[in-house]
Amino acid sequence: MKIAAGAALLALAAASLFVGVIEIGPAALFGDPEALRVMAVSRLPRTLAALLTGASTAVAGVIMQMIARNRFVEPMTTGTGQSAALGILLVTLFMPAAPLVVQMTVASLTALAGSTLFLLIVRRLPVTQPLLVPLVGLVYGAVIGAGVTFVAYQADLLQYIGVWMNGEFSGVLLGRYELLWVSGATALVAYLVADQFSIAGLGRDVSVSLGLNYGLLVAAGLFMLSVIIAFNVVTVGMIPFVGLVVPNIASRLIGDNLRSTLPWIATAGGGLVLACDIIGRIVRHPYEIPVGTIFGVVGAVIFLWLLYARKPAHG
Amino acid sequence: MAERRLILLAAALAAACAIFLTWGARGNWDFVLAFRGAKLAALLVVAASIAVSTVLFQTIAGNRILTPSIMGFDALFVLFQTVLVFALGGFGVAQLSQEWRFGMEFVLLLGSAVLLFGTLLGSARYDIHRTVLTGIIFGVLFNSLTVFMQRMIDPNDFAVVQMNSFARFNSVETSLLGVSSVLCCAGLVAAWRFRHRLDVIALGRDHAISLGIDHRRAVLTILMIVALLVSVSTALAGPVTFFGLLVSALAHLSMKTYRHAVLLPAAALIAGIVLVAGQTVTERILALSTPLSVAVEFLGGLVFLILILKGTQR
Repeated sequence: MKIAAGAALLALAAASLFVGVIEIGPAALFGDPEALRVMAVSRLPRTLAALLTGASTAVAGVIMQMIARNRFVEPMTTGTGQSAALGILLVTLFMPAAPLVVQMTVASLTALAGSTLFLLIVRRLPVTQPLLVPLVGLVYGAVIGAGVTFVAYQADLLQYIGVWMNGEFSGVLLGRYELLWVSGATALVAYLVADQFSIAGLGRDVSVSLGLNYGLLVAAGLFMLSVIIAFNVVTVGMIPFVGLVVPNIASRLIGDNLRSTLPWIATAGGGLVLACDIIGRIVRHPYEIPVGTIFGVVGAVIFLWLLYARKPAHG
Repeated sequence: MAERRLILLAAALAAACAIFLTWGARGNWDFVLAFRGAKLAALLVVAASIAVSTVLFQTIAGNRILTPSIMGFDALFVLFQTVLVFALGGFGVAQLSQEWRFGMEFVLLLGSAVLLFGTLLGSARYDIHRTVLTGIIFGVLFNSLTVFMQRMIDPNDFAVVQMNSFARFNSVETSLLGVSSVLCCAGLVAAWRFRHRLDVIALGRDHAISLGIDHRRAVLTILMIVALLVSVSTALAGPVTFFGLLVSALAHLSMKTYRHAVLLPAAALIAGIVLVAGQTVTERILALSTPLSVAVEFLGGLVFLILILKGTQR
């Protein structure tokens, strides 16, 4: 199964390298310097960007599901993504000359604030109503989104909003996607504490009696997912539902032990986003359809299926 | 008591309309009144349609947080507008008369609304949160499909649909005003004739049936009225997610009654006041710097969150 998944991912990546406006065949790589340049400057960065975004967003989704103890939440549409957009918008407004480090710090901090507030709201909801959490989350995200649009409209920055609110990879070039490696690295750090997150998913009481510093872990989780989402939103924009559908499908197929499932989740997230990006490049060739739109359709359908399909009996 | 509050609301609406028509007007009065009058009429039609459709929908769903737009009705209408351009091409659509085009979109919405939401509403009695969540996800799906279709169609055709995708109170489609005000009035009259039966339906399905209501038929008829009103408001002003929720919550709060003979006009009047006064403020004081629709979405979303959080405290 591992080999099959690896082969599928490699095949997708290879397909992604050879799909685009300029026709490049595998043969051209040997001997045509122009083709090599297109590969190095555009195709390879784009493929890597899709993989990194998908993998890290899916991991951020799992983290949020574990600390919110709800299967149907994901940070991108429940306030974290919108808060990150708000942060970067405020920086653009008030400190347009700020260095990149400052911009990203502010975006991460607002994302952290947004997700913390969401978690506080979730804590007040009754556990007996699990579907209330995603419902509140989506509206919470929409309210922050309206706030972002409001500020952007005031400042005449609506075009920027379009870039952050709908994810797409067409702007990805060498030198303009490297921030995504930070998300990738953060997702890797999350893997190191995967066991602790699995326990946190069992709830506060169980975690504490198993000797876990629950508060610290929740704070760390919030921090990690905020960093991942902030960097992804600022670099490529929002892609809805990735963090939701991928972990849910993984959980149905192979269970909830994050130590063993997290690599699968990351792989599937990267592969799915890359596949949607390739579809977006093909259907309207030579134009492109943003990956956020494609995933909005695909993800919504999978989400509905998850809502209504009967859970398989865990054996 | 409630009647006196209604009269107060009506007076407030009349004042808001008068201010909207006259404030800051210069030059030829014939032109000013005709221009602003058409805009005012469109705003009123939109307000009444959204308010009444929301109250009707909440009654048949038996829940105060469900509204047609939260369940994806207007997103579906915009999707059909796009599909029509996709199928016929921008030229084909431009050749259709406004009325024909609107009629086709309405029939499509009616059919799918009855099909989709008729079944969903049946399950709403058992699991309200899943139903709402489904509606919101459908909304996202319809929106994404709309954007997808818009990207697939010819860039020249794109201009025809582009303007329909977000709410615009500044430039409502006054060209559709004639046909839509007739349809809106028809919907309002139909809703008014249902007012007593609505009181009974609000008691719940079982009570309504034992009190002699043909529940299934009544719900279907009301769903059709809702679809009609949503078509009117979306065609005129585009989709607005939380406005209906906002005004219906305000109507319930200010009237404190379950009688639809009071609730329906109250919601319509409040919606009119919010839209007309809000538009006056954005046009005259803020000089169009802030879109009213964004402010309304923000407030409405907050009301939604508060309603949900309060509902769980009980």
